[in-house]
Amino acid sequence: MTDAPRPIIQIQNVSKRFGKVTAVDNVSLDIMAGEFFVLLGPSGCGKTTLLRMIAGFELPTEGHILIDGQDMAGIPPNKRPVNMVFQSYAVFPHMSVADNVAYGLKIAGVRGGEVKDRVAEALELVKLGGFEDRMPDQMSGGQRQRVALARSLIMRPKVLLLDEPLSALDAKLRAQMQFELADLQDQVGITFVTVTHDQDEALSMASRIAVINKGDVAQLAGPSDLYEYPANRFVADFVGSVNIFEGKLTLDEPDRAAVDCPGLGRVYLNHGVTGPHGADVWVALRPEKIYLHVPGEGKAVRAAAQDAPEGHNFARGTIKGMSYLGDITLYDIELESGARLRVSRPNLSRHDQEDFTWDDKVSMHWRADSPVVLLG
Amino acid sequence: MAIFSRTPRAPLEYSRTLWMRLWVGAVMVFLYAPLVVLMIFSFNDSKRNVVWRGFTFKYYDKALGNDVLVEALVNSLTIAALATLISLILGAVAAVMLWRFRFPLKGAVDGTISLPIIVPEICMGVAFLIFFAKWLEWPTNLIWPFNLGAIIIAHITFCFPFVTMVVRSRLATFNREQEEAAKDLGAGEWAVFRDVLIPHMRPALIAGALLSFTLSLDDFVITYFTSGPDTITFPVKVYSMVRFSVTPEVNAASTLLILLTILLTAVALKLQGVKAIAETH
Repeated sequence: MTDAPRPIIQIQNVSKRFGKVTAVDNVSLDIMAGEFFVLLGPSGCGKTTLLRMIAGFELPTEGHILIDGQDMAGIPPNKRPVNMVFQSYAVFPHMSVADNVAYGLKIAGVRGGEVKDRVAEALELVKLGGFEDRMPDQMSGGQRQRVALARSLIMRPKVLLLDEPLSALDAKLRAQMQFELADLQDQVGITFVTVTHDQDEALSMASRIAVINKGDVAQLAGPSDLYEYPANRFVADFVGSVNIFEGKLTLDEPDRAAVDCPGLGRVYLNHGVTGPHGADVWVALRPEKIYLHVPGEGKAVRAAAQDAPEGHNFARGTIKGMSYLGDITLYDIELESGARLRVSRPNLSRHDQEDFTWDDKVSMHWRADSPVVLLG
Repeated sequence: MAIFSRTPRAPLEYSRTLWMRLWVGAVMVFLYAPLVVLMIFSFNDSKRNVVWRGFTFKYYDKALGNDVLVEALVNSLTIAALATLISLILGAVAAVMLWRFRFPLKGAVDGTISLPIIVPEICMGVAFLIFFAKWLEWPTNLIWPFNLGAIIIAHITFCFPFVTMVVRSRLATFNREQEEAAKDLGAGEWAVFRDVLIPHMRPALIAGALLSFTLSLDDFVITYFTSGPDTITFPVKVYSMVRFSVTPEVNAASTLLILLTILLTAVALKLQGVKAIAETH
């Protein structure tokens, strides 16, 4: 990113109401120049409305949106220095690829050789060189998306907005496009703002993510912070998969804490709890951060004792469900308390998935830096 | 049915059953036999159209040499062309208005715009007769093609609702994101209309034009009531010829008209591709 971050989009106390429904509720956000910013949230959370307000297709009920310091109130979509890649791609079906890509330039009055050069350059950028004369119906969904990308990038916008850019692609292509989009953003240096409901997409591409819930920003953070330090139960649950247990804080010091969870047992953390809080909290524990051990629990107890007081960070249970996913195996474990715990285990060697099976008694431990205390 | 092919028939392959083939054949005969007979008898070397007496082209000569008949044909084609052009513009504009905008009395307009399609032609004919006689007296001594004005106006009235219908059903399939994409790339309302909406409507416009043209070309009832004493159209002329006797000359003229219609349709289909027009329905 640039040395001195400069906000390219400033969203200031923006609300949008459709009749009685509040789609966006008093959101304030700064998006920095050169960022790959992702708005992540479940469907209907208001993230697309926010994007459409930046593009100018919806007007805020309250608040202001500034692009590069300029208030966008009263400026129609065709006069804004942003371009958008639509969810359906919206490639013009009656125009060739070259005509599609050149459309914005022609409207802007650019003529002659410059159009041709810039079209070729834009198509090269999205790896569609030589496709100039194709018609959209002769192309795959992935290729049409590249046309839509080229059509927007050729305008050299200050910000490129992408509405669910990968949702219509199959899994393999989606994974590939995640890398390509990130590369492309690096190459052109334009600020990207993407809307998605897919957490993998958000984590893999974004420099910063705003998780949106019910029209409000639930957390604004980088991908790893979002995953490892979720601010609340919604974020913990929406980003990745997680086990959440209710509990009472029994030890609360600046550098360590302990929570007594009726469901999970006693949890010890080697870091303090920040923020104003009472005794009632929640503990979040990611499935991949729990180690499974064969019965004869001595090993688990010893492992837990390495960085936690005795009797903490340790649990016993029975395997009630398994799903083998190739790279990992997911286990659904019934704890002695009756609560369920989800554990994932990498299959580091070929026969690892045979170590455990249904109804096996197992013991578990986790490290003291793994659990996260959630206050809301 | 084994007699048609060796591979067994798949469950939904009805086109390979004997009864389906016979049925389709019967429908084709029912539809086209009268036309084929009409065309064949246009080459009949006989004054009466009942017995085949040998092959000749002379009735084509006669038909093309009949000044009144040719004038009627030219009139009909002119009326059809102008009525189609104006119906197309009016119909498309009405369709876009109803699809795109909210305005007072929209419901009423929406409900009554297709009335000319359902009102019996004879009522329309009488209405136009009274309208042009009492309310808008159409001068009878104008030069061509203005003497056809009354007929053209009447034809537009019953043609443009068809255009509106076809165009509206096409507009229902329009992806609004395309309009937004164009705006996003800098296009104003007019550019969006010209570059995105009209190309989307194109197959419907061609289908609507074909409908209008053929409806106008063969209209008899309404034309009969609106044409003045000095203007004559092809269907009206044929009707008056038939009143004396059905000569092969009428057959020849009709055959020419059929060929002309087929030709125009073929050109229209070629312009757009059959598939795109089929998509509008």
